[in-house]
Amino acid sequence: MSLATAAEGAAPQENWLDKIGAGHVILAVALLLYPLVASDFFLTQIAGYSMIFGVLSLSLMLLAGYGGMLSLAQITVAGIAAYAVAILGSNNSNVLGFGWPWWIVVPFAVAAAAVSSALIGWISVRTEGIYTLMITLAIATATFYFAQQNYAIFNGHSGYAGIHAPVFWSINWRDPKPFYYLCLGLAMLSYAAVLYGSRSTFGMTLQAIRDNPRRMRALGYHVTAHKVFAWFLAGILAGLAGVLLVWFNGRVSPGTIGVDVAIDILIIAVIGGLRHPIGPFVGAIVVILMQTFAIDIVGAERFNTLIGLVFLVIVFVSPDGILGLWGRIKPHLAQESLRAGP
Amino acid sequence: MSILDQPSSSSLSGGGMTRRQIWGLVGLLAAAIVAWLVFAVWPAWLNAILISKKAFVSAILNGLTLAGLYFLVASGFTLIFGLMRNINLAHGSLYLLGAYIGYEVTSRTGYWLLGVAAGFAVLAIIGVVMQVFVFRRLEGDDLRQTLVTIGISTVAADLMLAVWAGGTYQIATPEWLDGALTLPVITAVRSNGVSVFLTYPLYRVVVLAAAIVIGVGLWLMLNKTRVGMMIRAGVDDRAMLSASGVNVHAVFAIVFAVGAGLAGFAGVVGGSALSVAPGEDVRYLLASLVVVIVGGMGSITGAAIGALLIGLAEQIGLVYFPTYGVVLTFVIMVVTLAVRPQGIMGKTR
Repeated sequence: MSLATAAEGAAPQENWLDKIGAGHVILAVALLLYPLVASDFFLTQIAGYSMIFGVLSLSLMLLAGYGGMLSLAQITVAGIAAYAVAILGSNNSNVLGFGWPWWIVVPFAVAAAAVSSALIGWISVRTEGIYTLMITLAIATATFYFAQQNYAIFNGHSGYAGIHAPVFWSINWRDPKPFYYLCLGLAMLSYAAVLYGSRSTFGMTLQAIRDNPRRMRALGYHVTAHKVFAWFLAGILAGLAGVLLVWFNGRVSPGTIGVDVAIDILIIAVIGGLRHPIGPFVGAIVVILMQTFAIDIVGAERFNTLIGLVFLVIVFVSPDGILGLWGRIKPHLAQESLRAGP
Repeated sequence: MSILDQPSSSSLSGGGMTRRQIWGLVGLLAAAIVAWLVFAVWPAWLNAILISKKAFVSAILNGLTLAGLYFLVASGFTLIFGLMRNINLAHGSLYLLGAYIGYEVTSRTGYWLLGVAAGFAVLAIIGVVMQVFVFRRLEGDDLRQTLVTIGISTVAADLMLAVWAGGTYQIATPEWLDGALTLPVITAVRSNGVSVFLTYPLYRVVVLAAAIVIGVGLWLMLNKTRVGMMIRAGVDDRAMLSASGVNVHAVFAIVFAVGAGLAGFAGVVGGSALSVAPGEDVRYLLASLVVVIVGGMGSITGAAIGALLIGLAEQIGLVYFPTYGVVLTFVIMVVTLAVRPQGIMGKTR
């Protein structure tokens, strides 16, 4: 992808097109015009859903790619936001449901997600590397079982149903087109924010901490605080995705935050590639497309086998996912065209 | 001279006790309290607080049995982790596969012991195959090794669902393991002066005994044999072990065989005590993770301590605060991480 290098090494006198990158502009226009050609199914079930999971995986990519912290708890954080929407807003499960308006519920839900993400981060940054994966997996699994057993807060097995996306400006935001633009807006914003953030002082410091925490500590940086703040930021992204997810499904149950979903998020991020924020979206589209159409190839039930095998092949062949594959194939393609040309 | 006299850990200066002695005293006191709780006839006020003596002692016994099961699963997990630095996230799948194999063999041949042996043997072979064909190819890349185990667990869970469907199975235990054991623990005294003794399923006692025997066996293997010496050396410094002329790959294969075999063994034993169903793999993976986080990576003793803590916490939580039981497990994990990030028996690296 030329996106990765498009805006780097910027000269001071370049115009706005160079600054943003031509690839980004083309992509944005294509995505904005996509509803003109796509059916409702492709708008919500494929595109919208991919973007929600893209943002979720982006929050993981932010932690793993820039912070070196591989987390399996992102769906848990999103689930906290989703449950918060169900509990603070209205649902038809006759449990809790304060009935607050959406513009109070959403900030609260996202804040709850961000704070719990920071807490999870604070617990897991005490250890390093592969241990983080282990602890976040334990947290994700424990939360799943807790949500399943607890009826007072999580309404146990059945969870909450009947959660509606808001209706304002006389638009029902769960209708295919508005919902698509909602997802697109969030996806673009978070993509741009992560891309911008990665070049900010904080982003640079975080990457330096990833590469050499001891040196950064010696230089006087508060390593733990930076990592926990990265978790907080990732929690905001995951929380926003969680809100959209619960509006999309209309319900939230322990199955939403199950371990298989947690692993799916990691699979999406790894398949796409953890080096660049576009990776998670590529991975999400690939996985969601496979999820939807694998039924025709391998039957409805064996989808997980297929996706597991694809994941295994990608981990074996290219550690950097599809982006890494592309990065390796591109020089060859360029060479071919040079030879073929005059 | 004054520098040398610094009372760093000595009990010689003054009449105080060493840390060790204090901890020993605390341990003795705790043991005495537990012994009294188990064997004495409870006064009414204690029954009022803890529901009933029967519930309390049963919770403890169930906790111990579960701890035995957790230990069997987690000991393999911790050995593989300690030696190879990769988290085998397919370990829960190994447990479940062992349980299914045990069920098939037991129900077809009618011999339960044969099922147990098959569970161990088949999974040990699978473990070696995984080591040779998967992990050896990704040597030195811990993260990718872990990611691969995620892929394997996804595929394995799905394939097991395809073969055995979503039903719940129960492995039939042989007759000589059925029945109940009357323990010398008085739960209550009837009004006519007759004491009521606690009865407990014989099979669960056998599970606990098996876990203890295997735990001691593992400890002996690790500490008294040549292979065990190599494994311990490998946990401490893999490169140095390889440099001193040991075939590290053979050691890895042995550890993987023992670890996966124990998971399969635990699957059959656990599947007879509880039940076999999809989703159990995640439950035992979580148990292994928490046990190893709490106990410390790569330590058998740590796995035993961790399994005891988690098993007891889970069962006591089940009796006294039913829907918040998981939180107790979680709190244990967080407290351990806060106080000792490397786990109770873990070494800092």
